Amino acid sequence: MTSIGTGYDLSNSVFSPDGRNFQVEYAVKAVENGGTAIGIRCKDGIVLALEKLITSKLLKPGANKRIATVDRNMGVVSSGLLPDGRHFVSRARDEAAEWRRLYKSPTPTSALANRMGSYVQMYTLYSSVRPFGVTAIVGGWDSEAELPVDGQVGSGPKVGSGGKKDGAKYGGPFLYMIEPSGLYWGYYGAATGKGRQIAKSELEKLSLSEGNLSLEEGVKEAARIIYVAHDDNKDKDFELEMTWVSSLDGPTKGRHEEVPKELREEAERLAKKALEGDDDDDDDEKMEE
Amino acid sequence: MATGMLGEDGIHVDMNHLKKGEVNLGTSIMAINFRDGVILGADSRTTTGAYIANRVTDKLTQVHDTIWCCRSGSAADTQAVADIVHYHLGMYGITNDEPPTTQTAAAIFQELCYDNKDQLSAGMIIAGYDHRHGGQVYSIPLGGSLHKQPYAIGGSGSTYIYGYCDANWRENMTEAEGVNFVKGALKEAIKWDGSSGGVIRMVVLTARGVQRHLYLPDHNDYEGPGTK
Repeated sequence: MTSIGTGYDLSNSVFSPDGRNFQVEYAVKAVENGGTAIGIRCKDGIVLALEKLITSKLLKPGANKRIATVDRNMGVVSSGLLPDGRHFVSRARDEAAEWRRLYKSPTPTSALANRMGSYVQMYTLYSSVRPFGVTAIVGGWDSEAELPVDGQVGSGPKVGSGGKKDGAKYGGPFLYMIEPSGLYWGYYGAATGKGRQIAKSELEKLSLSEGNLSLEEGVKEAARIIYVAHDDNKDKDFELEMTWVSSLDGPTKGRHEEVPKELREEAERLAKKALEGDDDDDDDEKMEE
Repeated sequence: MATGMLGEDGIHVDMNHLKKGEVNLGTSIMAINFRDGVILGADSRTTTGAYIANRVTDKLTQVHDTIWCCRSGSAADTQAVADIVHYHLGMYGITNDEPPTTQTAAAIFQELCYDNKDQLSAGMIIAGYDHRHGGQVYSIPLGGSLHKQPYAIGGSGSTYIYGYCDANWRENMTEAEGVNFVKGALKEAIKWDGSSGGVIRMVVLTARGVQRHLYLPDHNDYEGPGTK
């Protein structure tokens, strides 16, 4: 890297003459070495999946969960430096709790992404800190139902509130990805970590913007993508970790939860099968499931 | 008193704890749900003891585009609380690029009224309209509890109209029926309550936006500016 030795990469608060912040770019490098993490925005929910690289045979399988719940309806998965990810989650929980304290209702996913984007950005400004070594994917379901004020007593008229416009849709699944610079966008499908290039091209094939992929299909695709993205570096063992959030009448009832063991194992079985078989044939097969 | 607004028995609320000379909204206020949204109503009397400090007070205060409140209790306290909520809702609308709901307003009102219950003398009724939830009425009485209601009445004058309201209240009234109900109730409250009087003010909140009404004591069917 040509920047090495110029001195412009030693501190956060110093720009290089061509307007770059090298500390942030190095943080992105740290992320690029982490296990692949993806998020899929399906028509009726969100799936978060992670390729958890196993660093020691002495670690208990299934323990040390990496995808965290931030509020009842929201989860975070990150790749990069693990402790940075933990701190990110801790702050996200504080933000969600503070929102609840003030507004007595759950945080909209967009608001949390906004707050966390601002938080991460602050770590790019000062020489006394280093940027976050993580890219985090935030996925949540904003309730489609009317939300009461937490702790309110009573209800309105029995015939329902006057002048309510029927038919309009509110809430739904939302997915955001926040980078070490503090940059964040909303996505249909998001990928980060070692296998992000492969994962992104696989996500693009799903035509997520058309809004046809169901949550259960999304779980299977997520598992497959993590397996496909892992294919290139067979050296390390990995565990697949998956969580999901559905609508209120879906399988998780609007909550962020781990994907049930049976469904995850089924998705893994299909993912392994897809890897063995011819990719093109298999894509056609999967549409029938 | 050491225990704030509760009496020595710890149950009864002390209604007479305003400072000497403090301006009081010895009031009649109400808000109702109707077919198209909500209506807020209030008398216009402000007193300092027996003296009427203002006979045309506006006790209906806007805290966001279509979220309003009725204020009763100390004029200073309720104005201060409404100002703070107004600020919060303004910030919410700007930072989240989406107008706050009536729930949001009620939550902030309650937080302020409950946390500062020992310092405040504020009985508020919050009513608002939004497309998602329609019209909603919340009542926050003296202790800072939050009640969602089909309609709410408050202030010293409300004690005289519990019977009137119970007998005449119907769900899903038309706008004209709703206005009549509020007008009839407040007229009785003003008649019987010495601390209520002046004109009747109303605010109608619907999908069309905000509409103000004014009814003078000797003209029952005001049709001037604000009604169209």
